[in-house]
Amino acid sequence: MQMTQIEPSATLAQLQESKPDKVTIVLLSGDLDRAMAAFIIATGAAAMGMQVTVFFTFWGLNTIRKQGATSSAKDWLRRMFGMLNKGGAENLPLSRFHFGGLGTSMMKLVMKQNRMPGVPELMETALDLGVRFIACTTTMGLMGITKDTLIEGIDQFAGVTTYLAEARQGSVNLFI
Amino acid sequence: MQADVKLDTLGYFCPMPIILTSKKIKELTLGQVLEVVSDDEGIKKDMPAWCDTTGHQMVGMEEEQAASGRIYKAFVKKTK
Repeated sequence: MQMTQIEPSATLAQLQESKPDKVTIVLLSGDLDRAMAAFIIATGAAAMGMQVTVFFTFWGLNTIRKQGATSSAKDWLRRMFGMLNKGGAENLPLSRFHFGGLGTSMMKLVMKQNRMPGVPELMETALDLGVRFIACTTTMGLMGITKDTLIEGIDQFAGVTTYLAEARQGSVNLFI
Repeated sequence: MQADVKLDTLGYFCPMPIILTSKKIKELTLGQVLEVVSDDEGIKKDMPAWCDTTGHQMVGMEEEQAASGRIYKAFVKKTK
């Protein structure tokens, strides 16, 4: 059987022709490590000239909530939930080794010593590079998170159809 | 290898060298060569991949041993 050699750049060009360079990421997790992975991929893709959209839902919304934000939801149950569920990119715990905050503090210290950007810095870079942020309105409602408690720079407040409309055009879709 | 502009990313891990490169390359004029200095080994694969996607030209990669560890120098020519 004869094998045909394909130049890597040629295959890439063909890929780009068939599909636009679009990346969509669903961030459901509010863990420090997972959020970092999401933003490293988002910023990396944006630096490669790809169009990137991050869709924040459930605990992922905590990354785009203002530091120490509570809730201004109308009913007390959701207001309570918004208060108990602390937001802010600085407050995210590690998915493992959190140890009541000790493990996470140690990880942050190691990251700082190694000049590794944290979640707030990566998010700022992402916005700077034109990454679009979409906040899921359904889970915002569920969790008592109101627009005024989110950071500046959210591109859209939308639902699953907006995400799917973006995702179906993308070549990379991630659920984190 | 000769470069027109040098970018120091020593001490930075992925994805910072690539992000800094994508920002810096905008300041160059067509045909100029950017030298990216890094101590993250990943750059050996990442920079050619970045060039492949963005369309800039990878003109060379040098590796040398410094007191603090290995240092990688990637040379990228602005082509668009």
